[in-house]
Amino acid sequence: MSILGLYNYWIVILLMMTGFYITISRTNLVKQMVGLFMFQTSVFILYISMSKVEGGTAPIIAEGLTLYSNPLPHVLILTAIVVGVATSALGLALVVRIQEAYGTVEEDEILDQDEEP
Amino acid sequence: MIAAHLPALQVVIPLIAAPVCLLLHHSGLVWGFAPLVSWSTLGIAAALLDQVLASGTISYAMGNWAAPWGIEYRIDVLNGFVLLIVAGIGAVVMPFARTSVRREIPADRISLFYTAYLLCLAGLLGITITGDAFNLFVFLEISSLSSYILISLGKDRRALTAAYRYLVMGTIGATFILIGVGLLYMMTGTLNMADLANRIPPVADTRTVRAAFAFLTVGTGLKLALFPLHLWLPNAYAYAPSVVTAFLAATATKVAVYILLRFFFTVFGATMIFESLPFGEILMALAVLGILAASSVAIIQNDVKRLLAYSSVAQIGYMVLGISFASVTGLTAGIVHLFNHAMTKGGLFLVMGCLVFRAGSARISDLEGIGKQMPWTMAAFVVGGLSLIGIPLTVGFISKWYLILAAIEQGWWPVAAVVLIGSLLAVIYIWRVIEVAYFRPWPRDRAPVAEAPLDMLIPTWTLIGLTIYFGLHTSLTVGVASQAAESLLGATP
Repeated sequence: MSILGLYNYWIVILLMMTGFYITISRTNLVKQMVGLFMFQTSVFILYISMSKVEGGTAPIIAEGLTLYSNPLPHVLILTAIVVGVATSALGLALVVRIQEAYGTVEEDEILDQDEEP
Repeated sequence: MIAAHLPALQVVIPLIAAPVCLLLHHSGLVWGFAPLVSWSTLGIAAALLDQVLASGTISYAMGNWAAPWGIEYRIDVLNGFVLLIVAGIGAVVMPFARTSVRREIPADRISLFYTAYLLCLAGLLGITITGDAFNLFVFLEISSLSSYILISLGKDRRALTAAYRYLVMGTIGATFILIGVGLLYMMTGTLNMADLANRIPPVADTRTVRAAFAFLTVGTGLKLALFPLHLWLPNAYAYAPSVVTAFLAATATKVAVYILLRFFFTVFGATMIFESLPFGEILMALAVLGILAASSVAIIQNDVKRLLAYSSVAQIGYMVLGISFASVTGLTAGIVHLFNHAMTKGGLFLVMGCLVFRAGSARISDLEGIGKQMPWTMAAFVVGGLSLIGIPLTVGFISKWYLILAAIEQGWWPVAAVVLIGSLLAVIYIWRVIEVAYFRPWPRDRAPVAEAPLDMLIPTWTLIGLTIYFGLHTSLTVGVASQAAESLLGATP
């Protein structure tokens, strides 16, 4: 397989690293969460793209079809997506509570406020 | 009939009980219900471990779908033991929760607390019992999401930022585990751990499997708070409600150690990790650094809960150190310490719960002279502290003894010295608290406080009492741990 033949993995790595970088470099908590979602989503693509069998069809039993793509990773990722949604909801809910308690969602301002007393 | 389904019930009971708690809303009923569920899980865990010790590994096909296609619950000596620890701590902490939670959590959120607690318990038990790598990820997220909620229930607003930080780090860790599992599936086409163990050796030398190993290790390291991935832990433990700290400190990181053991020794096999890769040395270096750095930082803390949290990071270092030897003695030491530290740190954080309940603060400066005001509570702290240091007659001594034996067995003298230095550092940070509590007078302008209520003292002393009991009667803990260690190392081809 050539380097271009593995393009799906390049996309995954690009997305993953972009998301990861946003999470660690931004000080705005909402932007951090967005980075985290990207990071998680890239893994979903990793799972889904690896289940594709070249020339295979959707895994439905029908006449004349013998080669199927692997359906298991799709099911796994359905679960992982649910987990991802729960994580996003909880993360954003925490950000809302932080906004109520501190009046800001900027990490450096929160740290400043915590140091004062 | 029921006995055959114990493995499923172990997880299903707390999982179903959690939403019931939400429906019960009336906190009086919830208080009666949650401990009942917690105690029943302890009963099941004890029955399972007994069954495993009597007749060997149990394999349970979830929904009657045979492994490796269906999800298999597989219980051997190791996870039977960890199940007992998790369910046991949960059962002891629950009676403590009633009074403590009423003080620390607003009344309308109390039923939410119990719901999140039961979900967390279900998740932790699920991680431990499952024999399926993807199922492990799902349970990991169940326990993590509920522990973020539990931490954010803390009174201080810093609990929110601590929970948020833990959420970010924890999600990155869990996603790393997900990537690792995906890469393994790509190479082997299976998710069942026992099946993975058979299929990995032929492809063990590929870059994909090594990448999977790296992702799994770093991901678990984040959940484990392995130095230097521990940054989320001190704040999360310091600002969470007292009961939550005691429960999480004694269970969550221990379950992460179990994940590490399971992946290292059952799935990948010790040969790949410790012979073809120089991973033992890396792990040892991280453990040693963790012990020294975290113990030193613990000395300069002004908040006792934070101090104990840093000490937890150091104690995790001891467990990982035991694993890094990859010998039967080393693993025995690691697994015994897993049990012993759960008792000790669970007990100590319950003491902190009592102190916060009466004195209203966990800052060292607010604990001046508290030894005379709350003699029973502080006596528990002293015993727990001695166990943390590793004085003979306590459980801490047993684990350090085996750890040093394991180090000397392989000729790592400097590492044995590090274990002793770690104990000396523990003497300093424990002494700081004891000195303030016993040798300073109670401030004159401060109203005297009463001893902690009995329903908080009894659970505290139960755990502290166990640290002495198992310090004297080591046959159960060390026996089970060495049996688990042998099966872990014997399972490798």
